[in-house]
Amino acid sequence: MQAAVLGALLLAMIWLVANVQSNLERQNINSGFGFLSERAGFGINQTLIDYTEDSSFGRVLAVGLLNTLLVSVLGVFFATLLGFALGVARLSRNWLINKTAMVYVEIFRNVPLLLQIMFWYFGVLRNLPTPRKAVSLGDTFFLSNRGIVVPAVEATSGAWWYAAALGISFAAFMGLRRRARLARLADGALMPIWRPFLMVAVASLGAAALMAGVPFSLDVPALKGFNFRGGITVIPEFVALLLALSLYTAAFITEIVRAGIQSVSKGQREAAAALGLPDNTALRLVVIPQALRVIIPPLTSQYLNLTKNSSLAVAIAYPDIVSVFAGTTLTQVGQAVEIIFITMIIYLSLSLLTSYAMNRYNERIALVGQNT
Amino acid sequence: MQIKRKAFIGVVSLVFGLMPMLAGMSAQAAGSTLDVVKQRGHVQCGVSQGLPGFSNPDDKGNWTGIDVDFCKAVAAAVFGDAKKVKFTPLSAKERFTAIQSGEVDILARNTTWSMHRDTALGVDFRAVNYYDGQGFMVRADLGVSSTTELDGATLCTNQGTTTELNAADYFRSNNMQYEIVAFEKADEAVAAYNSGRCDAYTTDHSALYAQRLKLTNPQGHIVLPEIISKEPLGPAVRQGDNNWGDIVAWVHYATVAAEELGVTSQNIDSMGNSSNPSVKRLLGKDGTFGRNLGIPADWARQAIKQIGNYGEIFERNVGVKTPLGIKRGYNALWTDGGLQYAPPIR
Repeated sequence: MQAAVLGALLLAMIWLVANVQSNLERQNINSGFGFLSERAGFGINQTLIDYTEDSSFGRVLAVGLLNTLLVSVLGVFFATLLGFALGVARLSRNWLINKTAMVYVEIFRNVPLLLQIMFWYFGVLRNLPTPRKAVSLGDTFFLSNRGIVVPAVEATSGAWWYAAALGISFAAFMGLRRRARLARLADGALMPIWRPFLMVAVASLGAAALMAGVPFSLDVPALKGFNFRGGITVIPEFVALLLALSLYTAAFITEIVRAGIQSVSKGQREAAAALGLPDNTALRLVVIPQALRVIIPPLTSQYLNLTKNSSLAVAIAYPDIVSVFAGTTLTQVGQAVEIIFITMIIYLSLSLLTSYAMNRYNERIALVGQNT
Repeated sequence: MQIKRKAFIGVVSLVFGLMPMLAGMSAQAAGSTLDVVKQRGHVQCGVSQGLPGFSNPDDKGNWTGIDVDFCKAVAAAVFGDAKKVKFTPLSAKERFTAIQSGEVDILARNTTWSMHRDTALGVDFRAVNYYDGQGFMVRADLGVSSTTELDGATLCTNQGTTTELNAADYFRSNNMQYEIVAFEKADEAVAAYNSGRCDAYTTDHSALYAQRLKLTNPQGHIVLPEIISKEPLGPAVRQGDNNWGDIVAWVHYATVAAEELGVTSQNIDSMGNSSNPSVKRLLGKDGTFGRNLGIPADWARQAIKQIGNYGEIFERNVGVKTPLGIKRGYNALWTDGGLQYAPPIR
């Protein structure tokens, strides 16, 4: 019976695809995915990988996807950081801290995101100076209405020595930590971690410095003509979008964290206090781990929302996937069906991947909770 | 089990019930646009989201502009009433999908006729109601007087237009560097340029004049003289309905021919008695042109009487006496050294 339903649905889908295709053909509209290898011909102002006007539309897709990922990942990071801090602050006994956090939540949660993006973009942009009057920090960092220009760090061949030194230090740290943990579980002995680690790190980095000297060259930006040449430019569109997404989502995360912490029964905190744990330690080791089990599922939703909300980038010309692929590419190629389909699949995959990762994390902390 | 079977029958009948419905929809889309328009009682016209001189709503929601007048002229030709038209504002990105899917009957949205659009998007461009070209606007205090001095400039523009491609071609072929910031809506692009995000705003020359009016200090900005591309703007229809395409094309030609013959909205009634055979054919006193198109015999007469000839439409919306202050230039009649030329109505 279920197989028959599935079959009918499948048939309907095949029929739909065939119908769309024949209709497009009859109306003489191009179809298929061949356009992905054609020359794009337009410029993009933020590319994490090499891109020129001669690159293909497929490359445009990759550039847009990376830009979406960049702003989403950083947005998730900052929103989580801020949200947790404010969530804890929301429960503070200090009236000022508590109310500040509350006011923050009520403002940022209740103003539409698009307005916030516009505010950060136009509100801030309007007050920044032109490149010729840029605010500079030692003539190496510049702030103007073209964005923040910072020197580009270019690694020379000597950088490998430093990479190796960092690798050794990291391995030493992991080894030391593991040894200390095993010793603690075996007979409760406390083994030092930080001091031997610092010794290894200083020794290996010192050796690298002796072998390679300064392994980096700096590409310092300079004003030439209309704008700065050289260095790396962080465009204002990116800054505005990242700010808006982080601050908006942080307001929701604050409430999730607050609710999570309050869901841990008061007895846990009292038991921790009875054992002589200071307030901060009790929060870190007793309350938060239990609160996390409640926090993670709604937190996942917020991460998904942030990623999807990043598509509002199109309003302020941040070159994300919706802007350069479902926007510019769509109008240049004109194949709406294929392009919207690809874009939807990509957002779906991003969301499913995020959910999967967060669910795995949730399982892990849930199990820890049961064992203790 | 009983419930399951019911659900199954429900799903199957839903699926198969939908099929003929969808098939019916596509069949309707392929039907005659003129019949659909007549049955509906108005022409649905796709226009811009607000470009002074071309298609712009006032505070009461009344649309004005050269593209708006074009659609009104079509309505006058088909129904004898220029008011039987409704406007759908479209972004640059939405416009072709709207005409492809039948959401609008005419796309009169300051849209450039290019070969790719004409051959690969399922649309047909049938006339050019404004010959345009891409230019640049900069702040007067920038000290730039020619586009060749724009090396390294940051450009604000509208996404999903030929502008983006032209700018890339122009700067590359002249070995100049540039950074492009492309906004979905023209309003945001202009606002960003206004707030100093970009050195130059680039789009069609006519639109530069129109958008300059929206800036805080229009006198503080200059439109550079160079034109870097050909932008013939004109109405487009769905491909495959030649009759509707003919109506759209000949309404435009009728307005051009009227200007050529000296027929205006003011003198059209007295011109009705003219013995000039060209005028008689234009006004439907002679020949079967209306019947051939499937619309009333006085189609051109209604369009000209209610909307005016091409010169009137131009001067009313974008001409030297309007805030835009654009000269006829390429859009003068061919007899005055311009490009506007109508094939003979005979």
